Amino acid sequence: MKKATRAAYGEALAEYGSNERIIVLDADLSKSTMTATFKELYPERFFNTGIAEANMISSAAGMATCNKIVFASSFAIFAAVRAAEQIRNSVCYPKLNVKIAATHAGISVGEDGATHQAIEDIAIMRALPNMTVIQPCDGRETKQAVKAIIDYNGPVYLRLGRLAVEDIYDNSYEFQIGKGVQLKDGCDVTIIATGLMVKPALDAYEALRSQGILARVINIHTIKPIDREIIVKAARETGAIVTAEEHNIIGGLGSAVCEVLCDEQPAPVKRVGIEDKFGKSGKPEDLIKMYGLTAENIIIKAKIAMALKKQ
Amino acid sequence: MEQELLLKLKRKAADVRKNIIDEVFSAGSGHPGGSLSCADILTVLYFKHMNVNSSTPKDPDRDRFVLSKGHASPVLYSVLAEKGFIPKKDLLTFRQADSYLEGHPSVKDVPGVDMTTGSLGQGICAACGMAQMGKLDKKDYRVYAILGDGELQEGQVWEAMMYAAHYKLDNLTAFLDHNGLQIDGDITKVMSPEPVAAKFEAFGWNVIIVDGHDMNQIDNAIEKAKKTKGKPTMIVAETVKGKGVSFMENQYGWHGKAPNQEQRDKAIAELDAYIENLGV
Repeated sequence: MKKATRAAYGEALAEYGSNERIIVLDADLSKSTMTATFKELYPERFFNTGIAEANMISSAAGMATCNKIVFASSFAIFAAVRAAEQIRNSVCYPKLNVKIAATHAGISVGEDGATHQAIEDIAIMRALPNMTVIQPCDGRETKQAVKAIIDYNGPVYLRLGRLAVEDIYDNSYEFQIGKGVQLKDGCDVTIIATGLMVKPALDAYEALRSQGILARVINIHTIKPIDREIIVKAARETGAIVTAEEHNIIGGLGSAVCEVLCDEQPAPVKRVGIEDKFGKSGKPEDLIKMYGLTAENIIIKAKIAMALKKQ
Repeated sequence: MEQELLLKLKRKAADVRKNIIDEVFSAGSGHPGGSLSCADILTVLYFKHMNVNSSTPKDPDRDRFVLSKGHASPVLYSVLAEKGFIPKKDLLTFRQADSYLEGHPSVKDVPGVDMTTGSLGQGICAACGMAQMGKLDKKDYRVYAILGDGELQEGQVWEAMMYAAHYKLDNLTAFLDHNGLQIDGDITKVMSPEPVAAKFEAFGWNVIIVDGHDMNQIDNAIEKAKKTKGKPTMIVAETVKGKGVSFMENQYGWHGKAPNQEQRDKAIAELDAYIENLGV
């Protein structure tokens, strides 16, 4: 079944919203971020700030000082990028219990075009001390991530998408903040993916297998704090890494993986992502192809990484 | 207010000002001008109105105070020391690497500080959030905040002005420390926010204009704010930057500069003479 992670976020807020410490804020996008469901159920704990993201984030911080768990939602570009300094100084520095649940991340926003497509938000959010950065890959993972961050006391950036994505997990899945998930085992190369790139990573696995190449596939839902152990182990055991993310190749998952590896287990890494350019208008599926966020591109990069390993 | 209490508060404000001078002097940096300008407001708030107790700084029912103009941290630390939240001797560690008294106030480090501030425009928004939660939780606490007049140039302030009026946050009382000066000079020459009172009114606030160094006027305005229903109150306090130290008054050069030994001694001597005149 296909479901957008933003839709699962809306369902999760409805499901866990009976917790009276939960407050939800939105900046006039509640029907798109899906916080409207919570608003229907718990109108007294929902506050629309209007199109004023700076105030939304700083007032969320004030609410969090009153023993609340505050979810503040908008599009990633406005929440994480426009209000980056409010997140830094009002939320992260005082380490307050605010969850920035940002939807419409990446180019899969589609037709709205470059102004609305955050491609740098992971880089900005993960550079903030005290911040936890999570990007789920499907609806089930999103729901569990929401539950986990309600129980976690501190700032979280939850990166969600507009586009409906296929299920990766079944009901037996158990999400744990900071713990990467090995989806496929292999010894020739490792594909480390996050968000909507997990599905193409699994497709690449199948295609590579038919060519006699065994790829390991890892889903990194928590980009910070990143699961160093699973990454180092993969580099040690497979010797070549490909990262895949719907984000600028500067500063996102690829960078985070490279940081771990150059500290602990140097290995060739090829990065699949947006090649340091802005998005544009178009159907999400067309843009995903145009920007090379595909299984085909992962396969090409996997082979380059394997060749580098042999050198 | 009664004459005896007024004298006591005036004496307290002078002590608060002396602390400010010594904090900034010992740090060798900091913001004396805008700390001195709102010293009378904080004194009336903390020593007459606010329900706070140094033994329970996180009491969920306490009144809140947010120094939105966070660079005036010396006045806040000074008042918190006078209220017993922090040891007075710690004031002399202000801005030192081994101290918890950061250049700008930090909620996680300093007992009695209710919100981290310093990046202008953000504190007033946080105060709105606290007031909103007070309403939601049906608590009687009140939220106070102080804005600088230069701070009004931050667009985020006006987002908060809209928000507080829209949600009828009558448990929120903000002060404008209207001293007319910012780092680069006269606020009307740098980027005029005037006419300030008309702007707050247009945004739906209850506006009261007072002499920010007349404690009776400050006190009356706070009482009026408490009785105002359905609207947040903005008390526009006409103040003098550097108030209480003759050579710092109305000098924008004292926005962010520490006195040297000679200047420090002169400032303390002036404040001591003022205290002696009060006779309390």
